[in-house]
Amino acid sequence: MLARFIILEGLSPKTISKVGGLHQMVGLPEYGFAAVARDSVQCLPECNSTNKVGASFETPCGRLLIKPADYVEMISSMKPNIWATLADEVPAWVSDKRNKTSVDRTVRWLDECIALSSAGGAVFGSIVGGPSVEERERCTQEVARRNVSGYWIGGFGLGESMDERPALLNAVTAILQEEKPRLVCGLGLPEEVLQGVAAGIDLFDSEYIYHLTLEGFALTFPLGGVGVNVFSFDPNNLGSDRSKINLRATIYRKDTSPVVENCSCYTCQNHTKAYINHLLNVHEMLAQILLEIHNTHHYLKFFSSIREAIKAGEFEQFRKRFIESRRDHLAVAAVCV
Amino acid sequence: MNWPRALLTDSGGFQMVSLLHLADITEKGVTFQSPVDGKPMLLTPEESIQIQNRIGADIIMALDDVVKTTITGPRIEEAMYRTLRWIDRCIAAHKRPNEQNLFGIVQGGLDPVLRDICVRGLVDRNLPGYAIGGLAGGEDKDSFWRVVAQCTAALPEDKPRYVMGVGYPLDIVVCSALGADMYDCVYPTRTARFGTALVTEGVLKLKHNVMADDTRPIDPTCACMVCKNYTRAYIHCLVTKDAMGSQLLSYHNLFYMMKLSRDLHSSIIEGRFPQFVCDFLRKMVVLYAFFSLCHIHHVISVVTGIFVYLRELSCWGQGMSGSMIVFVSIR
Repeated sequence: MLARFIILEGLSPKTISKVGGLHQMVGLPEYGFAAVARDSVQCLPECNSTNKVGASFETPCGRLLIKPADYVEMISSMKPNIWATLADEVPAWVSDKRNKTSVDRTVRWLDECIALSSAGGAVFGSIVGGPSVEERERCTQEVARRNVSGYWIGGFGLGESMDERPALLNAVTAILQEEKPRLVCGLGLPEEVLQGVAAGIDLFDSEYIYHLTLEGFALTFPLGGVGVNVFSFDPNNLGSDRSKINLRATIYRKDTSPVVENCSCYTCQNHTKAYINHLLNVHEMLAQILLEIHNTHHYLKFFSSIREAIKAGEFEQFRKRFIESRRDHLAVAAVCV
Repeated sequence: MNWPRALLTDSGGFQMVSLLHLADITEKGVTFQSPVDGKPMLLTPEESIQIQNRIGADIIMALDDVVKTTITGPRIEEAMYRTLRWIDRCIAAHKRPNEQNLFGIVQGGLDPVLRDICVRGLVDRNLPGYAIGGLAGGEDKDSFWRVVAQCTAALPEDKPRYVMGVGYPLDIVVCSALGADMYDCVYPTRTARFGTALVTEGVLKLKHNVMADDTRPIDPTCACMVCKNYTRAYIHCLVTKDAMGSQLLSYHNLFYMMKLSRDLHSSIIEGRFPQFVCDFLRKMVVLYAFFSLCHIHHVISVVTGIFVYLRELSCWGQGMSGSMIVFVSIR
């Protein structure tokens, strides 16, 4: 399970250490935690304010400048299982000069973080490089030379187009050692995840579920599986987006079926679409709780089916079938209109 | 809701008091201005019961004419008599008397004469249970407990007595000693949303800066999931920023209230209720001494006939030694 590093005002490193680290603090001792500086919901990298001293982030507590030393201090009090070194993340539209600087800084901070840290937890080297294949390769080569346990690949999910991504991702993963895990932030849509997996990414961190839940959506896309073809044409669902439904819609007011038939999550086992629709209408937080439970469950099952497909050596077919089925209903709808 | 346990629905009557500037009360019923779209809505006793019949709760409440206890004058008397007329309409409209228990609500403000008339009127209708309404609106405690005591003394002993809108743990203990059985209140969850936890000693304000590095659980003696897994420091940094802070505190506070009920209940069954009350008060009052200057007068009579008098629990000073005078005489 991946978690984000949120700089909480009032929660000092000393206090976290006193409790025994992040696991004890948040009451989840049996989970694995990965700490990264960026949190696409609450802690966005602000590349214009980042300078040679530290990385800048836009947070609900204002703009914060994080120096490598502060970052490492936080990390050592939190004791996560995995942590990524401090990076200078830039979006795809910055100038070449800015992009080059981000690579230089990230590598320098990587060395600083490793030097300052007193072991504990697996260090993931941060790789940036923006939209430039050359810079990506340069950064990757530098990071690959350092003694890290895995790689955190940044700079994605910041507004670049999906088409540009494969080239950039492949440029990075081609150079990296195969036995070391690769973690990427910001790829959330099922298609993006499949794109990442195809390029060799192992771990994903995204806020996709969070945003879906906030808007009242529930994931319903068929999970498929090895050899199972559930991507069949359904004439009753023309024009509808079969990947998710919005429980705010009035058509669900009297729908006493679960969100997804045969889903084994708490929400689908115990409650109906009508109930969630009602909760959303009366602004009850239980709506988001139930939706988040289902969405997380569904999303994790998706990952599980990816793993199965990889194990069976059928990932490429799985991916192809999945993408095609998502386009199928659109094509049919277009024909019939 | 997929809730297999007991449910109780209210009539909508309380909204009359809390939204009074939007309400027009006549013999027919209550006209609200709908907060959703501004259109006028009429809630009659018949309509209220019909809605409650459809929702299907185990206990349903009659529509009563509620007035604030801070009001004086003929309005209180009017409301009390109307409540009696409306209970007949509620009874007539109730389509599921064998599945749902219709409770009547005793009104009458703080006037013992009016209260008495109302109680006798409701008891004549032989209802499955009785609520004591119109309290929990800011009246002083001296008047509050006197009304509760009068009603519980007059209501049948073999039917549940439900004090609506109560409340603070202390009030629940006192009312239970006076013979009440059921309560409802927003206090535990509302106070949780403001960062306050209910503990044995009283309350704990998690927003306070001293909580920022207090790594103890909310209540070290509490067995709830929150106290077993989370620290005050963590909840402190959540309370103003994340819904989870409210959730954790709500969970703990509800656990506290359920434990309080369970302990009250078993102490009665095991014949040690007075001892329980003394222990409860002893632990709680110590904290009040630090935060407020207060005089608590309580006369508590226990239904089984054992009288426990706690007189003049006076607390002095802020931060100084609290002096407690507790007279306990058991006849």
